[in-house]
This record gives sequence, C-alpha cells and structure tokens, in this order.
Amino acid sequence: MRGSADDGLNEVKFRDPARARALAGALTRLTRAIDRRPISVMHVCGSHEQAIAKFGLRASFPRALDVIMGPGCPVCITDVPEVDEAVVLARQGVRVATYGDMLRVPGTVASLADARAEGAKVDVVYSVSQAVELARGLDEELVFFASGFETTAVATAAVILADPPTNFSVLSAHKYIPPVMEIVAEMPSSRVEGFLAAGHAATITGWGVFEPFVARHGVPVVVAGFEPLDILAGLVQLLEIILEGTPRVVNAYPRCVTREGNLAAQQKLWKVFRPVGGRWRGIAHVPNGNLRLKDEWAAYDARKRFAIDLSGLWDYAPSALTSQCICGDIMAGISSPSDCELFGRDCVPESPVGACMVSSEGTCKIWHQYGGHPDLTTVSV
Amino acid sequence: MPGRVVSIEGLRANVDFFGVRRTVRLDVVDEPIAVGDYILNHVGFAIRRIPESEIRETLALYEQLLREAETDIMAADVRSEIEAGD
Ligand code: SF4
Ligand code: SF4
Repeated sequence: MRGSADDGLNEVKFRDPARARALAGALTRLTRAIDRRPISVMHVCGSHEQAIAKFGLRASFPRALDVIMGPGCPVCITDVPEVDEAVVLARQGVRVATYGDMLRVPGTVASLADARAEGAKVDVVYSVSQAVELARGLDEELVFFASGFETTAVATAAVILADPPTNFSVLSAHKYIPPVMEIVAEMPSSRVEGFLAAGHAATITGWGVFEPFVARHGVPVVVAGFEPLDILAGLVQLLEIILEGTPRVVNAYPRCVTREGNLAAQQKLWKVFRPVGGRWRGIAHVPNGNLRLKDEWAAYDARKRFAIDLSGLWDYAPSALTSQCICGDIMAGISSPSDCELFGRDCVPESPVGACMVSSEGTCKIWHQYGGHPDLTTVSV
Repeated sequence: MPGRVVSIEGLRANVDFFGVRRTVRLDVVDEPIAVGDYILNHVGFAIRRIPESEIRETLALYEQLLREAETDIMAADVRSEIEAGD
C-alpha cells in the first residue's frame, strides 16, 4: 500500500505525538508571553472542530486559550427557509437528492427525512456527480439540494458546466465564507482576536482573499490544514502574530494553498454563481454570503423551474423546543453547547432540535460525540 | 486526506486514499494530473495536486516552528522559570 514509512505523504508524520506535544508546549509558552487572558481565536471550519475533538487537542490547549468554532459547518448554517424549500418540493412529489447530512436538518416544521417518512422521494448522494448520474437514469425530474461552501459549490458549478441532463436542476443553498467572517469580526460581542481559516476553502480562493479583511479589521488570519499538526502549527503561528501585534495573513497550509488559489475552480465558480445577500441560520443576514445560480443557468435552477410555495407550511405548528436552540450564539462564538438547556437531553444526534446536532461537522454533535471541552484542571500539558 | 492517483480515464481518476479506492473527478483541478500524483479531494472532486516537495516543505515548517519556539520563547520561559525557582 502507498503511504509506507519512507513515503513523503505518510499521514502519520502529520499525527506525530512528539511533535504535537512540542507544539502544544509552544502554545502554552506563547499564551504566557501574551499574558492577557482569555485569548479567543476562532476557526471557521467544521473539519477543524472535528479534528480538534477527535484527537483531543482541546485538552492540550492552555487554559487561557479559547479556540472557538465559528460558522464553519455548511449544514448548520443552511437557513430554515432553505430547508423548507427542499421539504416543500419533496412533498409536492418532486424527487430530491442531497448530501446525507442535510437529511435530518430541521426546517420550520419538518426535515427531508420527515418528508421521506411520509412517502416523498428523497435520495442521499455523496457527490453532486452521483446525483447527475442518478438523474440520467430517470424519466422524472431530479432536484439536487446543494449545500456547502465555496469548496462544494465548485463541484456543483462543474457539473452544471459539464452539460447535465435536462431533468436535473439545483436548489442552491451554497454559502461563501469570507463575508461571514466580516460579520463575526464586526459583532459587538465578538472577542475574537484571530481567525484560523479553513484550508479547503482557501485551496480554492487562495489566501490573498483574506488580506483586505485583515487590513479592515486588524485581526490576523492563519490558513490551516486539517491534520492535528496542521492545526497546532496554525495556532502557534496565530499566537505569534498576536504577540507581535502586527496583524497579517499567514499560510500554514502551503502544501495545498497558494496566494491566488485554484484559478480554474474560481473561474467555474463565478461563471455559474453570483453572490447574493441572505440569512445564515442563527447568525444574521450576510451580504454576499449566499451563492445563487446566475440567470444564464436558469434552466438548471430549481427555484426558477418549480413554483415553490412556502405558504402551506404555516398550517403546521413549529416545535416549541426549536425556539430554545442557541445554535446562532454557538456559531458566533458567544456560547458553547453546554450553555444550551436542551443539549444532551431534549437534543441528541438521534433526535436533533437544532442543526448543530445533525451534522458530523456541527459543534453540538461533535461535543456530544467526543465529550466537548474536557476538564482542563485534570489534564497536564 | 490526500489520495494517490491509480488510473485515469478522461476526467475521472481512480484514487487510493490509504487503502480505500474512490472515483474522483478532475474537472476543477488547475493542473494536469498524472498517475502517481497526490490530490486533495473534496466531495468527489480533486481540488489540488499536492507536489511531494511541498509536503516536505510542510514538515520542514513544523520543524522550524519547533526550533523557533525552542530558541526564543521556550528558552526564555524556561530561564525565567528557573530564576523563579520552579
Ligand atoms: S467544506 Fe471544507 S472548508 Fe468548509 S467546513 Fe467542510 S472541510 Fe472545512
Ligand atoms: S444542543 Fe441542540 S438545541 Fe441546543 S444549540 Fe445545540 S443544536 Fe441547538
């Protein structure tokens, strides 16, 4: 098998415990040197939170360092009306395909899983190309409910440009990350002193995209990958910048990210999509934060192809619990899952109340699965 | 996780992710991909060819961070701890 000991890509090298311990030590020393606490930094990527939880990295973070998860999970930030649109379409008898995580995300009154239980045709796919192949074999219409950030939107753009069958269309709930970082940075309650940016998204957009952001907000950004050492190294660099006091962008993921990014992918993305303002679940209206199909692709735009009438939804009463969900505060970095009354009791992965408990990249689900913030008083670094 | 390209047919590659084989599309990656290359996959699409040299560069970056941490802050901190008597 590839990835043997002398192979440059041996993943183990990115998970080397000795190096990880040394980097964690550097974090502690930097935190002491900064000598102002707590120091809050935010990552905006579900995969970062997953790695932090899975490898128990939080236990090695110094107590004075708060690494919070921002609006980084594509499932969590899909807004309720977007889920409603997909549910209404499915209930109208239109076949809907989507990524597995989207199935149980609650809309106003129902999720796609609920619609499926009622008899609606809902398919789970792991890739948009799989949805296209599915459509090719069908006589009926297939709508792909497309969620995810620029990374995933690029895949959707690619299939639209590759001439999909005419019975295929897209209900886009795609989101674009850079504008939401502006929102978080501008929140009066925000204590965020630095951002760890998502390596995958930056692979597409390039790290240069964060330069104007840093200039405007005076908050440093470090682009980091997803292996434990990538994250630790990214945090070390972020703390170094905070200590120095000269905010800038640093690329701590040079094996995948360049300054310009993947130009071919950007070109496809902006050929198919245009940014529009819209809500992110629980957070706010985000100017230019949503990606919608351009008019020239109207033939593949499910919103143009079908009359999606949400008014029928108001015949059902929304769950009383939903209003207690604090996902929005969690994604803005103001609260953590343990602050939510419903966490682990009324809201569990098997029956999620909020979106954050659904996705494998959702903070509540991850905390539920891995135990969240370990008791640092019992852990020695 | 990066994967290694095993075979290519048009815009589809068969990729080995540490033992798991998957089909990955090549239409959004910005460089030509050849058998043996490593790619970064996202939802079934290759988004980047990862040159081996840059993997070594990343590992070198870790080493450098560790060294710097050791010479500057770490050493200073250890010294101050010794001086403080703990
Ligand atoms: S889509 Fe990519 S960048 Fe966004 S949360 Fe997932 S892994 Fe991170
Ligand atoms: S525990 Fe459930 S209800 Fe509470 S914030 Fe998380 S997802 Fe929402």
